[in-house]
Amino acid sequence: MSSGAGAAFIGTGTAVARVGEDARAADLLAVDRLHTYYGKSHILHGVSLSVGRGEVVGLLGRNGVGKSTTLKAIAGIVHPSAGEVRFEGRPITGLPPHRVARLGIGYVPEDRRIFPLLTVLENLRVGLDRRGVAKAKKALLLDKIYAYFPVLAERRHQAGGTLSGGEQQMLAIARAMMLEPKIILLDEPTEGLMPRMVSQIREIIEALRGEGVAVLLVEQNVPLTLEASRRIYFIEKGEVRHHALGSQLHVGDAVIHQYLGV
Amino acid sequence: MGVPLDQLLIQTINGIVTGMILALVSSGLTLIFGIMDVVNFAHGELLMLGAYVGVLTLAATGNFWLALLSAGLLIGLLGAAIYLVTLRPLIDRGPLTTILATFGISLVLQNVALWQFGPVSRKVAEPIGGHFTLFYLDYPWYRIVVALLSAAIIGGFWLFLKFGTWGIWIRATTQDRVMAQAMGIPVPWVLTGVFAIGSAMAAASGVLFGPLSGVDPTMGLGWILRAFIVVVVGGMGSLGGSIAAAILVSLLEAYASLWVSPSQAIIVSFVVLIVTLLFRPTGLFVAAPK
Amino acid sequence: MRRGHGTVFWTGFAVIVALLIAAPLVLTEFWRRFVTEILIWGLLAMSSDILIGYTGMVSFGHSAFFGLGMYGAAAALLTIDPPNLWLALFYGLVAAAAVAACVAYFSTRLRDIYFAITTLIFSQIFYVIIFTWTAVTGGENGLAFERPPLAIPGLFDFVLTPTRLHWFVLAVVAGSYLILRRITQSPFGMVLQSIRENEARTRAIGYAVERYKIVAVMLSGLFAGLAGVLYALQNQFAAPDFVFFLVSGETVIYNVIGGIGTLVGPIVGAAFFLLLREGLSRFLTQYYLIPLGAVFIAIVILMPQGLLGFMRRWLNE
Repeated sequence: MSSGAGAAFIGTGTAVARVGEDARAADLLAVDRLHTYYGKSHILHGVSLSVGRGEVVGLLGRNGVGKSTTLKAIAGIVHPSAGEVRFEGRPITGLPPHRVARLGIGYVPEDRRIFPLLTVLENLRVGLDRRGVAKAKKALLLDKIYAYFPVLAERRHQAGGTLSGGEQQMLAIARAMMLEPKIILLDEPTEGLMPRMVSQIREIIEALRGEGVAVLLVEQNVPLTLEASRRIYFIEKGEVRHHALGSQLHVGDAVIHQYLGV
Repeated sequence: MGVPLDQLLIQTINGIVTGMILALVSSGLTLIFGIMDVVNFAHGELLMLGAYVGVLTLAATGNFWLALLSAGLLIGLLGAAIYLVTLRPLIDRGPLTTILATFGISLVLQNVALWQFGPVSRKVAEPIGGHFTLFYLDYPWYRIVVALLSAAIIGGFWLFLKFGTWGIWIRATTQDRVMAQAMGIPVPWVLTGVFAIGSAMAAASGVLFGPLSGVDPTMGLGWILRAFIVVVVGGMGSLGGSIAAAILVSLLEAYASLWVSPSQAIIVSFVVLIVTLLFRPTGLFVAAPK
Repeated sequence: MRRGHGTVFWTGFAVIVALLIAAPLVLTEFWRRFVTEILIWGLLAMSSDILIGYTGMVSFGHSAFFGLGMYGAAAALLTIDPPNLWLALFYGLVAAAAVAACVAYFSTRLRDIYFAITTLIFSQIFYVIIFTWTAVTGGENGLAFERPPLAIPGLFDFVLTPTRLHWFVLAVVAGSYLILRRITQSPFGMVLQSIRENEARTRAIGYAVERYKIVAVMLSGLFAGLAGVLYALQNQFAAPDFVFFLVSGETVIYNVIGGIGTLVGPIVGAAFFLLLREGLSRFLTQYYLIPLGAVFIAIVILMPQGLLGFMRRWLNE
């Protein structure tokens, strides 16, 4: 794996410079007072957040506070009982997940969820084989991904389930990229990975941003999140409690300890 | 008990012929179970209705291929309709609820057939005539054709699963339904499509088998029991396993009927199932779970 | 509060039993027979509820227990002279228990659909044996016999008239209901319900889940066999049709229609199903199963709690 931050990468969004919080209208994704239930337990208590075009936004909080649920609700996998999700200004709440995905929202779940019995290529084709994508363009997209992740090219005919954890994580991200997303919802990409792989994930996020693809990042790895994210939301008990610019935060800050300390 | 070699060979051929039809019936059943956890009790009735559509088309046009095609199309559509109306609301309520619903569907379809077509079995002339000599027997070519056609349909289906976009979608949905949909696969349509394909395959086996046994409203019952056995013995949801199990079970039944009556020979299949469930409940032909 | 609930229960129970005792005195023979059969099918459905509703195992093989109860009774009535009601009961129960032991041993190792399919296959094995072993079972034609007298030597000796048979069936079914109710409320019944809710946890707490399941299947089979004996007495024959898995399917239908896990629900379901069948078959002759099947499918989809649960919720609102 050679490429760094500036490597050619896939994406259709264009980076929009934003200063502070005054660019609401230009938001790519807006989540507005979202509530969800799992059975009878109330998971999200009105989460609100926004992500701009090409912006990397981090979501921090302890385990079980509703970070993953927020991503699932955006992806349409979990149905919110109240609140709204808007994508490029259009409400998408209640759309089935496949429609959400085709609008340009890529979802990379916590446990990667590679299709274990499909080959690497077939895993990629799941996102690639869409109506309205010309054959030549498909080839181009694949080539780009293979250039960025040579290991996936090497293993293209190997079953997804036989890949290592790090390779599976790359495949999960690559698979989501096949949708030509404007935003990727990235749930704990470094979980269970070796340190070397963690820094690579950091590079991938940077590359996505460089291509103008926004990222909503849920992570336990605080240094990575602070480094990669322009803005960070802190979630506690299903609510956004605090909001800050990544550049203004440091690993030892009291606020970090408040929302993440054990 | 010495059994002459020629009888053994004849039974082997018989076993393979029924085994191929059974494999065709079971592939649809196992596919539907694998992708949506639905144990389709009404699968045998779809086979039976397919056989009737075949009989009627054959009577009207005299064209066997047209009969096969129209049965597949009509019953495929019927399957899609059944799925949308009754099973889609139940999709996350577990396989047991779907057994109940499809049991109800099987009652309805069977009695609709009884009402429309009457209880008397209809004899169908073999659409492809001719015999060849097998030892002391005049063996009908049609049986061989049936085995080959079943194999061709299964083979075509396998290619479809292996190489087409829909095939990838179906396999991805089988492996992880939620993730498949999050990747943009229109899962509701894939499920409807799979139900339609499974139904069409049942209908095709009905058309193929009709001339061998006659067609009547209860013919689905015997098939569904055998297909259940095959699907469990082969490993729920495993296509290759089902095909192997179908041939195994049919061969054993064919050999058993050298000694006992065919209606008793089915006990052999039952025993195979029970032994499988006791020693390898995930199926004989799939890798053992760790 | 609890005491008040008990009073309501026993009052309701007494009223219903009283009505059923009076039933044959006011009903025509046709409807008397109808009510008796509802009681018998209700007992079969109730026995299956022990598995479906309380232990969470759907049996598609209750026709085997029911049918063996019938054939057991037939064996006693045809081979023992003079025919004896109590021996018919005893033979029927022993036959059903033997089958249940065999089914329980094999099927309880499996769960969910595997359990359902195994029980289905077992009932078909017994069906094939009974259907093809013509010399002993009469094959397709089954066995016919006379009703024995209702007698205890030295105490009484009644001819079993239809009305007396009705009372006898009522006594057995009501008694069975009370016993099953008691069992479901006992610690044993609680373990079964805990298996239904979470089998792994029940095992982790230290219960021998397999043993409980085996006992549950045998218990269920025993009461199903009892229903079979009663049915044989009512109709004076045993036939392979009653071992066929469609009877098991109908038993499951009664449960689902009435509402599982309630014991009363399955009886209500049987009554509803049989009344609907009776009503429909007057217009549609033999095709009554078409609308009946449609009603069943609708109930599965729209009322997962069954009629009883639906009414309860409706009353609560």
